[in-house]
Formats: sequence, C-alpha cells, structure tokens
Amino acid sequence: MVNAKRIAADFKVFSRGYLRNKFGLFFGLIFPVILILIFGAIFSGDSSGTITIYAQNQDTGPFSSPQMDIASRFLSALNSSKSIRVIAVAASEDFSQYLASHSSSDGVIIPANFSANYLAGQQVNLTVYGNPASSTSAIVTGIVSGVADLFNLERFQGSMIIGLRQTTVNTQQTKYVDFLIPGLIGFSILVSPMFSLVNISSEYKKNKLFKQLSLTPLTKMEWLTSKVLWYIVLSATSFLLMVAVGVFAFGAHIILTVWLIPFLILGPMLFAALGMLVGTITKNPETAGVIGNIVTFPMMFLSGTFFPISIMPQYLQSIAHVLPLFYIIDGLNNVMVYSNIAAALIDIAVVTAITAVIFAAAVKLFRWRED
Amino acid sequence: MIPVEISNLKKYYGDLKAVDGISFNVKEGEVFGLLGPNGAGKTTTIEVLEGLRKKDGGEVKVLGLDPWGNGYELHKRIGVIPQEFTFFEKTSPREAIIYYASLFGLKVDPDEILREVLLEDSADNLFENLSGGQKQKTGLALSLVNSADLLFLDEPTTGLDPNARRVIWEVIRRLKAKGKTIILTTHYLDEAQQLSDRVAIMNQGHIVAMGTSDEIIEEHGSGERLEIHGGEELANHIKTNTELKAEFRNGLISIPLKRKIDALTALAAAEQSKMDWGEIHIRSDSLDDVFVKLISGTVDEHGEIMVEDNSGKSGYKRSR
Repeated sequence: MVNAKRIAADFKVFSRGYLRNKFGLFFGLIFPVILILIFGAIFSGDSSGTITIYAQNQDTGPFSSPQMDIASRFLSALNSSKSIRVIAVAASEDFSQYLASHSSSDGVIIPANFSANYLAGQQVNLTVYGNPASSTSAIVTGIVSGVADLFNLERFQGSMIIGLRQTTVNTQQTKYVDFLIPGLIGFSILVSPMFSLVNISSEYKKNKLFKQLSLTPLTKMEWLTSKVLWYIVLSATSFLLMVAVGVFAFGAHIILTVWLIPFLILGPMLFAALGMLVGTITKNPETAGVIGNIVTFPMMFLSGTFFPISIMPQYLQSIAHVLPLFYIIDGLNNVMVYSNIAAALIDIAVVTAITAVIFAAAVKLFRWRED
Repeated sequence: MIPVEISNLKKYYGDLKAVDGISFNVKEGEVFGLLGPNGAGKTTTIEVLEGLRKKDGGEVKVLGLDPWGNGYELHKRIGVIPQEFTFFEKTSPREAIIYYASLFGLKVDPDEILREVLLEDSADNLFENLSGGQKQKTGLALSLVNSADLLFLDEPTTGLDPNARRVIWEVIRRLKAKGKTIILTTHYLDEAQQLSDRVAIMNQGHIVAMGTSDEIIEEHGSGERLEIHGGEELANHIKTNTELKAEFRNGLISIPLKRKIDALTALAAAEQSKMDWGEIHIRSDSLDDVFVKLISGTVDEHGEIMVEDNSGKSGYKRSR
C-alpha cells in the first residue's frame, strides 16, 4: 500500500519546508563543517611538535669571559633541540608559582654558580619540574638529561661512541583529522534525523497534524519513508561538504568507495526511526525532548565521534559496543581510513539488524489516530 | 442514502462518559449544528464520525461505512477541518492544496479552491504568517480538495475575531448553497442559529434538545411571559394576591403567562400594591434563553459554562 507519488508529494513539501527553515539548514549542514574546522584547527598544525618549557637561570656570574658562562650555553643547547622551546624566566620570579600561573608543569632551574662548579668539576644539580601524569614531562626530562650528558662528556673530553642517525618512515601516517571526519559524519548522521524526528513526531501529535494527515490517503509508512529519504539526502550532502573541507582545508587522507553508501543510507534510516520511536512513546514534546537528549548525548560522546574509543576505560568501551552509532563510525573508519572492508561488512551487518528492529518498532508503535 | 446515521453512540474515557448514548441522522444537503459548551462531547462525536476515534458502543454509519473500520475509504469521500486546525508552518495555502491534491491523486485548480474560500490574497504566504481567519480558510480549502459532498467542520470559528467569523460563515453558506452536507460543531449560539438547518444541543455527553430553532424553542421554551422591572417585595405581592407564579431575579420580575389576559391580572396586582415599578415587556424565550436553561448556565466565548448563583456573582461551573 506504499505509493511512490504520495511519498514524492510529501517529500517535496517536507524538504521545501526544511530548506526554508534556516535553523534546520544550519544544524544539518553548516554545524558539522564548523565542528571539523574547529577540531581540525585544534589538533593539526605545529602544535603537536614542540613542547614549551620554562627555564630560570640563577647563575648570574660574574664571568671573566663569555666562554665561562656555561649556564647560557646549556640553555641554548636545550633550545636547539627541535622538540623543545625554551622560555626564559627572570631570576627574581618564584618559579613554581610562575609555572602555575602559566598553566604549565614543565620547567628547569639552573642553580647559582652552575658555571663555576662545572668548570671546577664539582657536582651541581639542575632542577627539572614536571608532572608525572603528563606525557610531555617524560620527554622534557629525557631531553634535559641528554643535554646534561653531552656537557658531562665534553667536560672530561670524552668522545661519543654511539651516535644516532634519524630517518622518517615513509608510510602513510593516520592524522587526527583523518579519524575526525568519519566521526563527525557519524555525528551529523545521528543528530539531524534524530532531533528532527523526535521534535516532529511529538509536535505533530500534540497539534494534531498526524490526525490531519490521517484524513488523507497518505499512510504512516509513506510519511516515514519520505522523512527517511530526506535525511538520506541531507546526510549525503553533509557528507560531501565535510569530506571536501577535510581534504582541502586539512589535507585529510580519505578513501571514497561504494562501501560508504550502506552507512549513508542505513544511518539516517536508523536514527529517523529512533527519533520517531522516542516521539511516539512519550506523552508530550517536553518529555520527548528530554528522552531524546538522554538517548542522543551519551551516544554522541561514547561512540568514537570526537576521539577514538581506544583511549576510554574498558567499561566505557563495553558501553560503546551496544550503541548503534559506534558501528556506523567504526564502519566509516574501516572504509574511509583503514580500507578494511571485511571489518566494515561486520559493521554493516550489525547496523542493518539494529535498523530493522528500530524501524519495525517505530512503524508498529506509531499511530496516526488514537482509540 | 442518509449521509450520517448515529444511534445510541457511546464513548468513554475511563470514568468520563464523554458521549453517553446519543442518536441523530443528518440528511443530504443539510447543515447540522452540534451546539454545546466545552466538554459536552461535540468533538468526540464528530471525531468518531470522521473515523479518528473508536466508538465504545452504539451504531455509526457515515456514507454507509463504518468510520473506524473503513476510515481509509471514508477519508477519500469526506472533507474535514479539525478543531484548532494547523498545518506545516513553512508551507503556503497554494502549496498545501497542491500537496493534498497529489495525496488524493487528483488534479485540481488551486486558484478555484482559493477563490471559493476567499483566500486568493494570501495564497502564497507561509502558513506561519497567516492570521487566525486565514489559517481556518486554509483548513476549509483543504477540506474541499477531494470535492467531498460531506463536510465536517469542528469549531471552525473558535478564537476568531467577529469579522473573520463572518467571512467564514459566508464561505460555509456558499458551500451549503452548492448542496454540500455539513456537520458543524460550535459553542457559539449565533453561529449555530445562523448556519444550521437543524441544531442538536449537547451537554455532558447527552443531546438535550434537537430540531430547528423554532422547534427547540417551542418544545423547551416557557412560552410568553411578562417582565416587570421591580423589587422582590412586589414579586411576593403578586404571588400572594394572584394565582400567578412570579420569579424575582436581578431587579426583574418574570411572570409566565398561560393566557394573554394573565398579564392584566398581574399588572392590576402591581398597581394595587402601590409599590414602584418600571418598564414592562411581554417576551418569549429565544434560542438563547432555552440554551441557557438547558445547559444551566451561559457559555463564554471560550466555550466554558458560566453560572450565575443567587448572589448575582458569576463564576465557572467547571472547566476541563
């Protein structure tokens, strides 16, 4: 009893209404792109390379010749390492307070008479500040002690036996933005259909638009189909926009294949039906909104949207594995980033099964008219 | 064929007997008004007829069909404007008509329908920007798309200003002139009187009166009565010195007249009392009076019943 002409008529009216609503367009198309720009900007560029450390040089001399100022030579040696940027702190500052006020935990203090002790061959200690919980501290400690070893070696005219030859691995590196794009595509596949359908289905129930529609030959299946079709179109458009921005603005490496299509069809279908279900089983738009948020937000953060779930504790990873969005994002990653079609097929199977169940439940429970 | 036949229709919501055994038929080409305050059961009745609600008892046939069981068939043949009609906000009346036409699989001329409901001026404005009257006209326009001969109009003018109401009335009169059968619910007495051939007055799930205005007045009205502006003492004086009944209320003495000559008797008694009295009138019950009597109160513009207690203060009897 599904009539394509009626679906087309409803699709036309709904999509036109959607396009006339600037808020809907913003959240459907522009917002995900803004997210890519923001997250992409935060995690790309040179910010990942160098670590800033603060250095306080308390060794003020006096030095009979510039060659005697070992402290300054030590600092410039530190600074010449590519991984560290040294910022000098005046000797008058309280160093730990200075670090705290600059939201930093990495620093080094060169004590007074450092140069004199060094030249005299007497032991002298550098103080290295660090936060054991931060990954940068270990790097800082390593580099400072490396430079100190060099100076020790030089003091006793030793020579280096073991040297390092650096070379860069030439295989494709997965950058954060490569991973971010599938996540945010998943985000837009989730958010637009879900929030829209929660809102529409509860509002239409409240203001009796469903009753109104039930007086026409349009069936609820046709109505839901036209909504799903629209959100597939919207998700596909949003997908292309995000990929374009990712590739052109951040040089993301993305593999485009037909294997993406199942996710772009099943995703909107799944979340449109889920939104419909929430709107149907709740009494009023206010409750529907609350339940919709309760369902959407944990899924949004726990499914690998903004960061890989591998960084989460085990119990959260277990939760992620029961969330439908996880399989969509995992699948998109498998297709777009890792080219792992075998793994993507499993994701497609899981998403298909969940979609079938949610869609069937939504169609079954959704009523045009009440008893 | 009789377009609408109802006998002993019942619809309960839990303990609430929204419609409690009502019966009526609507003839072809007739405008039938269901009149009553909010909560009387009008909308429940009309929604059962439209196939939007399932009945709990009784027999209902609309165009020979069971509205709930054969709703899908029935909806192709009836036109409906539901209470508090709303539509997609970002859609214009013209687009709405074209949308409905494609749902019904029909080719229609939107301009013709827009003309019929006097909505040509706002044909291309979005629904969210229309006035209340224009929104109702959009609803009327949609109910005409499938050229149904039977129309259900549920409170078509509630919440509209007097001018907008009159325009809607004009549209309804035109539809009647084209021979359409119309069932109309309203809590406005004047609307029922202006538009309907026959009226059923509903109260608390029952039909308390039915027929043309004249028939209802004749059956439920009190006939002619004499009204004298005067005090309670005078009323008591007339009561004790004649065989007549005299009711005092708000500075008005009301004396039902069995014969016209009773008026003279009453006036003679009044004159004899040497008390002051003012204007006198002979009047009959209007439909208004009968309506107030039947539902034990007056109805405000939102459809709520207001009762006047003996202290002369008015208040709401109940609200739903």
